[in-house]
Amino acid sequence: MINQSLKQLSQMLASKEVSSVEMTQTFLDRIKQYNSDINAYITLDEDKSLAQAKAADGILAAGTATPLTGIPIAQKDIFCAKDWRTTCGSKMLETFIAPYDANVITQFNHAGAVNLGKTNMDEFAMGSSNETSYFGCVNNPWDLTRVPGGSSGGSAAAVAARLCAAATGTDTGGSIRQPASLCGFTGLKPTYGLVSRYGMIAFASSLDQAGPMAKSAEDCALMMNVMAGFDERDSTSLNHPKEDYTSKLNQPLTGLKVGLPKEYFAEGLDTDVAKVIDNAIAEYKKLGAEFVDISLPNAGLSIPVYYVLAPAEASTNLSRYDGVRYGHRAAEYDDLMDMYMKSRAEGFGDEVKRRILIGTYVLSAGYYDAYYLKAQKIRHLIADDFKAAYKKCDIIMGPTVPSTAFKTGEKTDDPVAMYLQDIYTIATNLAGLPGMSIPAGFSKSSDGKDLPVGLQIIGNYFDEARMLNVGHAYQQVTDWHTAMPEGFA
Amino acid sequence: MALTIPDIKKIAHLARIEINDSEAEKTLNKLTGILTLIEEMEAVDTTGITPMSHSQDVVQRLREDVVTATNQRETFQKNAPAVGSGLYLVPQVIE
Repeated sequence: MINQSLKQLSQMLASKEVSSVEMTQTFLDRIKQYNSDINAYITLDEDKSLAQAKAADGILAAGTATPLTGIPIAQKDIFCAKDWRTTCGSKMLETFIAPYDANVITQFNHAGAVNLGKTNMDEFAMGSSNETSYFGCVNNPWDLTRVPGGSSGGSAAAVAARLCAAATGTDTGGSIRQPASLCGFTGLKPTYGLVSRYGMIAFASSLDQAGPMAKSAEDCALMMNVMAGFDERDSTSLNHPKEDYTSKLNQPLTGLKVGLPKEYFAEGLDTDVAKVIDNAIAEYKKLGAEFVDISLPNAGLSIPVYYVLAPAEASTNLSRYDGVRYGHRAAEYDDLMDMYMKSRAEGFGDEVKRRILIGTYVLSAGYYDAYYLKAQKIRHLIADDFKAAYKKCDIIMGPTVPSTAFKTGEKTDDPVAMYLQDIYTIATNLAGLPGMSIPAGFSKSSDGKDLPVGLQIIGNYFDEARMLNVGHAYQQVTDWHTAMPEGFA
Repeated sequence: MALTIPDIKKIAHLARIEINDSEAEKTLNKLTGILTLIEEMEAVDTTGITPMSHSQDVVQRLREDVVTATNQRETFQKNAPAVGSGLYLVPQVIE
């Protein structure tokens, strides 16, 4: 059961081959067996999950089920889920019980899906390795001594080790796609504004976007049908007409114009990763795609721009954690100021503090124009690069990450080296474009481990259905997406 | 611009995060590295470029001025570190 697609699982439920309670129990048992190896989940609540599964079985019996009814989905612990502990990977929210549902959770509840548990993540989604979580590192199922990527590292490990049918993630600078690449599955960051941010704990509001993390493009399409949609409670939600993201899956790729940005194949790209990407391109040529060279001249600036904008927005968003209304409060303090200072010093981890300090600095009097405004202007240049590129092509391809998963602890002392993990993914967030990573093969590590490599597919605004089509076509002629890490069968 | 230890302490105070001397030292090194990265932006000519905050041309939506939220004080205060008589409690701020 564990390696079946969402469509197959749905058929198994519809034909009564298995009930949602049995399916949910199967995954809960797997979590019991394997979670200590990878630390993918922060919070589990069997009773709540099984109650939802029982309700789903009622819907299935009544014949009013939709494609995800009864399917156990892991939720990144950034989404508020009513009566579930929701920590965002932080000591600050260690005991926080969400009083309401995020829109994403509401949508899955309406679809009759089962919340299987809350997954581990970098603290407040700040990280690319899941090492900044207060609840401990997540291990990569392909090699337990390596990181799964981040910030959606728990969801990533859970999908890769088949400890859920599918999972949700959020992506501010690559936090769905980079772990999808490092753990070998399919992850999609939609167009900014397509999925509501209501109830999704804010990191950098102008960049944060939720999306699906699943075994295949087809699974992601089914998840998108549930997740996307206008929500008036999110002021940046876009009123885009509802789409069926499965509708274009089987279109032929003949004549598809694919742009290859030369900046994504330059120095810094691991040669083995480059080989895997070349092989994927060859496969796409067989499928009828045509390739053109393009350039994104300002792409190299996306990391400096991001490390102004994201910390600036984070420092503002995280000012709400003051130890007054919710969250950690220090045990001892002299006065109100001392309570703020100590509560925040104790509640936040090092990386979160660093980003709050950077953000506070770039927004402080006298520096706003030189940093924040300058970064927003370059952001415009980066978006314009993509606009120009899409005059020459329908879709853009390249590597998702310059290399494969690195060893736990390898980059913890060097934030700048860690930030370079997202060099190919951040520009997409800055431009607000949709991006996806699909498994495209493996690269052998120096210690003999097969490590997954992801191919990135970047679409034009609202072109998710075509991107999923491009991913699905490849997954019909290759089987990288069905590979499972040893030891989790 | 090179940051100093007093700068770090001032920024930490503005951000309301307590920081001791050894933490300030470590933070100085890491923040300096990050600012060096950020300073790559300086070389770019952005004359006449408008700043971008949202990828789509959107305007702030308006809605009717009607009550939509219900009173959930008790639910919300369950997460509060200290409450009394339905109020959030903080150290005394007025003599």
